[in-house]
Amino acid sequence: MSVIPAPMGLIAELTHRCPLQCAYCSNPLEMVAPREELTTAQWLRVIDEAADIGILQLHLTGGEPMARPDLPKIVAHAAARGLYTNLITSGVLLTDAAMADLLTTGIDHIQLSFQGAEASAADSMGGYKGGHARKLDAARRIREAGLTLTTNFVIHRRNIADLPAMLAMGENLGSDRIEIAHTQYYGWALKNRAALLPTREQLERATTQVEAARERLMGRVVIDYVVPDYYAERPKACMGGWGRLFIHLLPSGKALPCHAAETIPGISFASVRDTSLAEVWQNDPAFNRFRATGWMPEPCKSCDRREIDWGGCRCQALALLGDASATDPVCDRSPDHPIMAELVAQSSDSALALVPRRLRGG
Amino acid sequence: MTDGTIDPTVTVPRFRRGVKLRFDQTRGNFVLLAPERAFVPDAIAAEILQLVDGQRTLTGIAALLAEKFSAPLEVITSDIIAVLTELAGRGAIDL
Repeated sequence: MSVIPAPMGLIAELTHRCPLQCAYCSNPLEMVAPREELTTAQWLRVIDEAADIGILQLHLTGGEPMARPDLPKIVAHAAARGLYTNLITSGVLLTDAAMADLLTTGIDHIQLSFQGAEASAADSMGGYKGGHARKLDAARRIREAGLTLTTNFVIHRRNIADLPAMLAMGENLGSDRIEIAHTQYYGWALKNRAALLPTREQLERATTQVEAARERLMGRVVIDYVVPDYYAERPKACMGGWGRLFIHLLPSGKALPCHAAETIPGISFASVRDTSLAEVWQNDPAFNRFRATGWMPEPCKSCDRREIDWGGCRCQALALLGDASATDPVCDRSPDHPIMAELVAQSSDSALALVPRRLRGG
Repeated sequence: MTDGTIDPTVTVPRFRRGVKLRFDQTRGNFVLLAPERAFVPDAIAAEILQLVDGQRTLTGIAALLAEKFSAPLEVITSDIIAVLTELAGRGAIDL
């Protein structure tokens, strides 16, 4: 058996707890309860294993990773092992005291999410009164500390018109990087797709605005743009290919090739509680299930883009076609591609109500 | 890029905030780590980046590499400008 090339990144969902209730939350419908979360000692051991197998970057996310009081300890341990540490946070818990603690850890980068450019709409989406103001304070603290700041804006039909204001806000906050991410329709967001998916005209306007900002801010601010693939002709190379670059850990320690992989029936996933990361990466059947190109059906199998797109997204093929091993229907070479236009057509009613994120599924 | 002009004897290249160069023991090469991305510099870029310390000018870096590789200073200098300008455009280096 050949050795699988080492993964680049570990995505650690430290907890599913979160003070916000965004309707576009892509976490699973059933979340991991606090009592099932890995302990501090278990996280530190996993980080050692990650460094040992050649992982270079640690992405700390959730839920809200700052809801874990041991976050500074975890970051410091990863930094000491030479990992590049990236904290992905809503910022509402990033007080002066929390910032002071984080600064002692050697953290490399903080990504701060915003729900919009304007407080009342943003707070309404997050379901957290005063949240937007707290995030602005967090951005200021990050910049005053001299840390690298990414501002992240998840966009959807209801806030996409404010994109120019978001770009200006990201720039004015002193961001090193701005991430404009169209909502991805998994987990809770999939429930709200019809109320969130932008129209093609909205998407095209947004793309033009992002391109203009990129040109204006070239060499000063990096802008990353995540497109909504419902309008695409080529699928996204989800996670850069299944089991190729990343290991994703749930708060419980369950190891997944991507954060939605648990939705796929008939696959069981190992836990780092009793299996080493090296063993998971090299030998776990779940990681081998859609790895590389051997699993592919036609038209992927003979496609010249099979090692560019890696078949697209397995969880999307499942969500839209009921078959995780089908070609992602976003691809216009898929026989199922016409379904995308139907789904877009179903999302044309702008008056649809949103369902805010709740802790329990439903 | 503060004013868009590069004077090799004056310009001091720096890693952008949040960008780190480290040797990757597992893969046996240098890697540039940045927010949500990683670049693997080619052998020439890796030689240059190891000399970026926030103090040396482009000419200072070129002089060291010209000696190490017994190559003309002007050629090395233009190689360095090409490599670092490209990395500046990708948000990894400040010139």
